[in-house]
Amino acid sequence: MHVQLFGTCLMDTFFPEVGEAVIRIFNKFGVEWTYPKGQTCCGQPAYNAGYISEAKRAAEHFLSRFSGSDLIITPSGSCAVMVKHHYPELFYDTPVKRQAAEQVAGRVYELSQFLVNVLKVHETSLTGSGTLTYHSSCHLTRTLGATREPLALIAALRGATFVPMADATRCCGFGGVFMAKLPEISMAIADDKAASIIATGAETVTGCDCGCLLNIADALKKRGSSVKVKHIAELVAEGL
Amino acid sequence: MNTQSSLNFRNNAAAAIKDAALCKSMRQATDTFGTKRAVAMETVDFAALREKASSIRMEVLDNLPAYIERFTTQATKAGANVHRAADATAANLIIADILRHHNVKRVAKGKSMVSEETHLNAHLAKEGFEVVETDLGEYIIQLEGETPSHIIVPAIHKNRGQIGRLFADRLGVDYSEDPQVLTKIARKVLREKFLSADAGISGANFAIAESGSLVLFTNEGNGRMVTSVPPLHIAILSIEKMLPSLTDLPTFMRLLPRSATGQMLTSYVSILTGNRKGIDATGAKELHIVLLDNGRSEILKGDCREMLKCIRCGACMNVCPVYRSVGGHAYGWTYPGPMGIVLTTLLTGMAQSHPLVDASTLCGACNDVCPVKVPLQEMILKLRSRRVAEGFSPATVSLGMRLFGAVVQSLWLFSTGEKLASRFWPVLRRVGGEKVVGRLPQPAKVPFSRRLP
Repeated sequence: MHVQLFGTCLMDTFFPEVGEAVIRIFNKFGVEWTYPKGQTCCGQPAYNAGYISEAKRAAEHFLSRFSGSDLIITPSGSCAVMVKHHYPELFYDTPVKRQAAEQVAGRVYELSQFLVNVLKVHETSLTGSGTLTYHSSCHLTRTLGATREPLALIAALRGATFVPMADATRCCGFGGVFMAKLPEISMAIADDKAASIIATGAETVTGCDCGCLLNIADALKKRGSSVKVKHIAELVAEGL
Repeated sequence: MNTQSSLNFRNNAAAAIKDAALCKSMRQATDTFGTKRAVAMETVDFAALREKASSIRMEVLDNLPAYIERFTTQATKAGANVHRAADATAANLIIADILRHHNVKRVAKGKSMVSEETHLNAHLAKEGFEVVETDLGEYIIQLEGETPSHIIVPAIHKNRGQIGRLFADRLGVDYSEDPQVLTKIARKVLREKFLSADAGISGANFAIAESGSLVLFTNEGNGRMVTSVPPLHIAILSIEKMLPSLTDLPTFMRLLPRSATGQMLTSYVSILTGNRKGIDATGAKELHIVLLDNGRSEILKGDCREMLKCIRCGACMNVCPVYRSVGGHAYGWTYPGPMGIVLTTLLTGMAQSHPLVDASTLCGACNDVCPVKVPLQEMILKLRSRRVAEGFSPATVSLGMRLFGAVVQSLWLFSTGEKLASRFWPVLRRVGGEKVVGRLPQPAKVPFSRRLP
């Protein structure tokens, strides 16, 4: 199998180790991959802020980079939703581009869904350790419906103990542009999330979106917590 | 009075976040409602019910003028006087005129968000009428001089200690924070008001077109008192509250209380058809119904018309992470939370409310719980792009987005941006502030794309 890796701008800039973890998993399971050159950002910040023409520019650029018929895998629920659900909407009135957007949309897989539903990674034995809790990101959960897949991966980590947090599906307060526009509210919401995480007593919190994870990491730091924050790809890669 | 403006949302919210008592009350109350709602919904097929409710409401909107016409005819036939108010001012004038005509001095009022929208109480006070709110939560905030901070639970932002002190100050009773004691105090005061009121004013949850009936879902019994004890009853409701027939009501009887307070059914469901006729009948001797438009006919023509499906349950605010963090007053107008963002912007115009469209993380929790499938997230996104198109987005954001548009199309610009960010991170942190850039981690020295062979 050959796939294209859509890294996302946040992973590329802030969390290259997450991308490296994804590659270790791909290599282990014999997935051939390419990282289409020139990829930047999916345009979600502009789309969510109401800047439709800028979002379209990002989308057009994305469509030009991710040609072909390979599955497109991304370690972000939120960016997957942008491409899968919002690209076709962006071009609703331009049939040719809409068709291209729909073609790409049909190829996009969020990482945990790909690992579980296609590669069946959860059926192999992975090693884990310590106690883990999991934040269920909004777009991943509500739009993609990936409620089962991340938990299946966590369950496959033999040796690790999973402690669910209260209100795991409640937003962490990141919201992309939201965190910049209304930072006081964003931090208040993130602090609630940090409290839920700390209350589990887990050593590590994991999730499938770099945006949520960086926000959670900051909120934990502000509370002086030593809970580690790891993308689910890192946990799986460490357990191979 | 709550004098906060929607235009000042960020500052309103920042101030609310510093109010520890408010934050605690908000979290406790919204969590309780959320949990109770989830439990109550387990007893019905929510997906099927909301589908049905949504299609009933949508069909009403598609034929709204006809339903209003039918309702008016039937209610008039049943003995009610139906008035149409184009806007808030018209509604207030109509109501004040009716009250004056009947030499009314004291008005007992049931809960009505539409009357909050028209600022009816302030208008009537100015005209010399004594208006007493009789819903316990409304009574509390009236004593405090506040507006509701939730459409179902007006005093959701207050704790029992604050209410106890308020009662001690204003009513001269001994301080207590026992809800039962406080409720008894309010009951005693309000009972006297009901019996001496010359008129009752209420809202309505639904208007049944086929029979001309008004439907009220209430819990405290005050709704029945204000609509039947005084000789004159005036109901104020917005035009979109129509349901075709009484046979449509059971769907909403199942959905509305479950969505709102997590109850299987409210304590009272009142169906009022016309005025009192004959000695055994119930209701007020004279009934006036004021149907408020206030911009809704315009909304009906636009691409956010589905907002008018809303049945005012408040479920969207109970699950909203923003609402639960800042409370309702921060939104600066009558309706808070996700439905408030959309309705306020549509009713008051972008110029008066544009900062509200930012008040969502787009988490989608509101969409999940809406009993009539109002696509709140999609509408908030629509309103955000409308704000940009209408020129209400800040110039700095527009400039930043133009830059973003260029950067995402050029790998060179993107990589250069990454390099510069990594190199000058301490400077960026200072410029970008602790609250925004300061919350991001240090960019990697070598980004992922440059680690590849």
